[in-house]
Amino acid sequence: MTSKRHVLKIALGLVAAAAAPVGWAADTGPIKIGLILPMTGQSASTGRQIDAAVKLWMAQNGNKIAGRTVEVILKDDGAVPDATKRIAQEMIVSDKVTVIAGFGITPTALSTAPLATQSKTPLVVMAAATSSITEASPYIIRTSFTLPQVTIGIADWAAKNKIKKVITLVADYGPGFDAEKFFDSQFRLNGGQILDKLRTPLRAPDFAPVLQKVSDAKPDALFVFLPSGQGAAFMKQFAERGLDKSGIKLIATGDVTDDDQLADMGDVALGVVNSHHYSAAHPSATNKKFVEAFQAANKGMRPNFMAVGGYDGMRVIYKALEATKGAGGDALLAAMKGQLFESPRGPVLIDGQTRDIVQDVYIRKVERVPAMGNGLYNVEFDVIKGVKDPGKAK
Amino acid sequence: MSAAEDGLKRAARWRWWEGALLLALLLSWALLPSHALLLNEIAILALFAVSLDLILGYAGIVSLGHAAFFGFGAYTAALFAKLVMPDPWVGMLAAIGLTAALGAVCSLLILRGTDLTRLMVTLGVASILYELANKLDWLTGGADGLQGVVMGPLLTPFGRFEFDLYGRTAYAYTLFVLIVCLFIGRTLVHSPFGYSLQALRDNRLRTASIGLSVNARLVAVYTVAAAMAGAAGALLAQTSGFASLDVFDFHRSAEVLLVLVIGGTGYLYGGIFGAVVFKLLHDLISAWTPQYWNFWLGIFLVVLVLVGREKLIRPRTWFKRS
Amino acid sequence: MLTLLFDGIAYGMLLFVLAVGLAVTLGLMNFINLAHGAFAMAGGYITVLLMNRLGVPFLLCLPLAFLGAAAIGAVLEPLLYRRMYAKPHLDQVLFSIGLVFIAVTAVDYFVGGVQQNIQVPAWLQGRFDISWVGIGKYRLFIIVVCALLTLALQAVLTRTRFGAQLRAAVDDPRVAGGLGLNVNRIFLLTFAVGSGLAGLGGALGAEVLGLDPTFPLKFMIYFLIVCSVGGTTTITGPLLAALLLGIADVAGKYYVPKLGAFIVYTLMIVILMIRPQGLFARAGGGK
Repeated sequence: MTSKRHVLKIALGLVAAAAAPVGWAADTGPIKIGLILPMTGQSASTGRQIDAAVKLWMAQNGNKIAGRTVEVILKDDGAVPDATKRIAQEMIVSDKVTVIAGFGITPTALSTAPLATQSKTPLVVMAAATSSITEASPYIIRTSFTLPQVTIGIADWAAKNKIKKVITLVADYGPGFDAEKFFDSQFRLNGGQILDKLRTPLRAPDFAPVLQKVSDAKPDALFVFLPSGQGAAFMKQFAERGLDKSGIKLIATGDVTDDDQLADMGDVALGVVNSHHYSAAHPSATNKKFVEAFQAANKGMRPNFMAVGGYDGMRVIYKALEATKGAGGDALLAAMKGQLFESPRGPVLIDGQTRDIVQDVYIRKVERVPAMGNGLYNVEFDVIKGVKDPGKAK
Repeated sequence: MSAAEDGLKRAARWRWWEGALLLALLLSWALLPSHALLLNEIAILALFAVSLDLILGYAGIVSLGHAAFFGFGAYTAALFAKLVMPDPWVGMLAAIGLTAALGAVCSLLILRGTDLTRLMVTLGVASILYELANKLDWLTGGADGLQGVVMGPLLTPFGRFEFDLYGRTAYAYTLFVLIVCLFIGRTLVHSPFGYSLQALRDNRLRTASIGLSVNARLVAVYTVAAAMAGAAGALLAQTSGFASLDVFDFHRSAEVLLVLVIGGTGYLYGGIFGAVVFKLLHDLISAWTPQYWNFWLGIFLVVLVLVGREKLIRPRTWFKRS
Repeated sequence: MLTLLFDGIAYGMLLFVLAVGLAVTLGLMNFINLAHGAFAMAGGYITVLLMNRLGVPFLLCLPLAFLGAAAIGAVLEPLLYRRMYAKPHLDQVLFSIGLVFIAVTAVDYFVGGVQQNIQVPAWLQGRFDISWVGIGKYRLFIIVVCALLTLALQAVLTRTRFGAQLRAAVDDPRVAGGLGLNVNRIFLLTFAVGSGLAGLGGALGAEVLGLDPTFPLKFMIYFLIVCSVGGTTTITGPLLAALLLGIADVAGKYYVPKLGAFIVYTLMIVILMIRPQGLFARAGGGK
């Protein structure tokens, strides 16, 4: 018995040893960045936007760092968490990536977290938005946003603008609960009143029953959080029931007026006040350049907040790799923390302690912008600077 | 012994290729350590497909909701590890037991009705479980998935093994469970019970008329299949340390159906061959065109069915007119 | 709440138009066509593309959607489906799943995966408020169109020769063929009309249910519920089942939102347990 165990241990040891020398070879070989995105399935648009943004970054910034070639390995996980985990494991073990980025939805990031800790590989979360992600492993950095971060903005604005009674409507899943919770606490903190908290199922939603409840209760405003893609259908039904003319204001987080879809939503979207961290119409020189380059490279496709998360994620990775001359592990993580830079969305800081993103949150209104082809855009009219994620365990 | 008994006994003997398959499985663990993760996934899918073969290939029940048991096993194992004890073996037994109970209850639902009815009911059950897991997010983590599942080491006669990054322990564990289930399945289908199932599949009315209880057999085989699917789900949760709503999703039920059909129904090993072919194809085609893998899968399915499923596993029939 | 009832009826009527083709195919050819949703999607996308890219008026798009989807059905039926009628149900399920995958990914490739939006004409937007009932104009439009279609279908079935031939073929295809009816032609026409109706439903539903490449997968279960609960031997069966489903879904989400989707699935399972042939199936005849 003991000898068999011994043999097995030697065998495992040999395997581990065989892996080690390859680590040295990585000092001069290409630097590999693993990119796991949902290119198929429900979240495919997220994957598409981030992929385009990553390609744009590399086209603009070249693919050499410290004399070594940078190689991005893109794999599709279809937003299935155990696929993400397996792909990540393979990337770490076989491809020997230095860093893994992407993560379209929360469960995919959470499932990969233990791997990051075990193998000391930094993970850069470019899309997922639940607060708890950065707490799942000390090796996780986020460049996207968190729902609580952008929700308190609109809650504050509502409270300051004569809105006293609100009904919240969220999609029935994790980010929805987050949005509901934080809107509720922030709004009531400012003295407002939540009349009711409604939920719609994530799949195949019909808004008729919930809108009926809203019109029965007659709040001052309706706060909505829906995943990108459902916004248009919702707003149409809102208008169809005459609710827009009944004095009930529609407020939301920017996911509902996602730049990816906004152009096609039509006039129903006009006037919706929402809060988010990125608008394609953000009036900075950096953003104008970004949007132009993005549209030129992608047949006029407008970048949205997912794309900017991917773009900034690459920036964080590149700058950190330059600082560590291509090395990974703890050194790379340290070089990612504390980065402060100007992103197309505005000024951005990767917090050294929480490793989460600190950014400006804008209050915007949907309007037609003549200067930009008279398309529908989220036009910013107020800003809350340097918002840290309020969702972190207090 | 009569000629009939002789024939059946001969059919129950071990074939050379069954032995070769088992050897290949064991060798794959020893010789392909760098692919342990992919092989682990294939093996779990294979076990899931074999469990579906029991009800589809042997009892003729078309189910579009088999993922209900897979997912239930996964969540049971994950919750057990998190809330009761992290030992994988005990967790596996718990998952199998509870999923079998669920299978027994659900089997009552598929006894009556047409193929369409059964399709709808199985689909409905899987959908209900999905919604339940979503609603009970204080227990299951909801759409974010269940985290905080840390598996304890695997205690074997060869020593204690932690689940490592390379997945070798995981694959060994999965292989063990797969092989045990294959043995059980094999014994089952070559027993009088197994033959009565095939009779049931081929002609339910006649089987009932010779005095065999159709309903009891359906309940029994459905329970066993559910237990096996639960084992596969538990393997997934335990080897990846995670469980999310996705385990109940329709695409899992559809995928396992495809895998089984590719490998061939009704001879128990179809699930394994199908899983290997399916996953390899998936990896290959996805690397080339990640977004449109489903397109090629769709074309493959349509062609497969038009040409005839048996032709896939019997190349000799490709040029024969049927 | 009468408005809720109204909404439920509108939803139910829409589901009926979408699913009636499937019910007839199932009853007539005993073919489980999971790809039925793809025809609905085709109708929806035809409408969206015609309206948004070519500026065709909405009302004209509706018959065009019907014809487009019917044409696709008429081509696919003799080419592919006809070979599948004799095959076991498992093969039919796999075949139709394969078709759905092809349709979904092809649409994703050519048009993109985003939600499609159309602007219905102004006279269909907004609502009438009559005492306690709010009547959305578009939903009223849906109800009217679907009701007319139902009446037309019922008339064709009971008053025309083709309808009689169809009913005969549903009851017993072999005998019908033996009596000299061209069963193949009946199948072709029925399949084409069923697909056309699905396309029309998709066009009407684009405004209310949304339209993206995953439409067939999302709504397939609802169509199947309508067919299995309503039974496939009559037209009124699926109609009542669709109305029941629509009202139950809408009312359930209003009164017991916590249970939401459960209600529909549980109700379906319970009904199928009590009456496995469907709630409204005629006794005897067919499988």
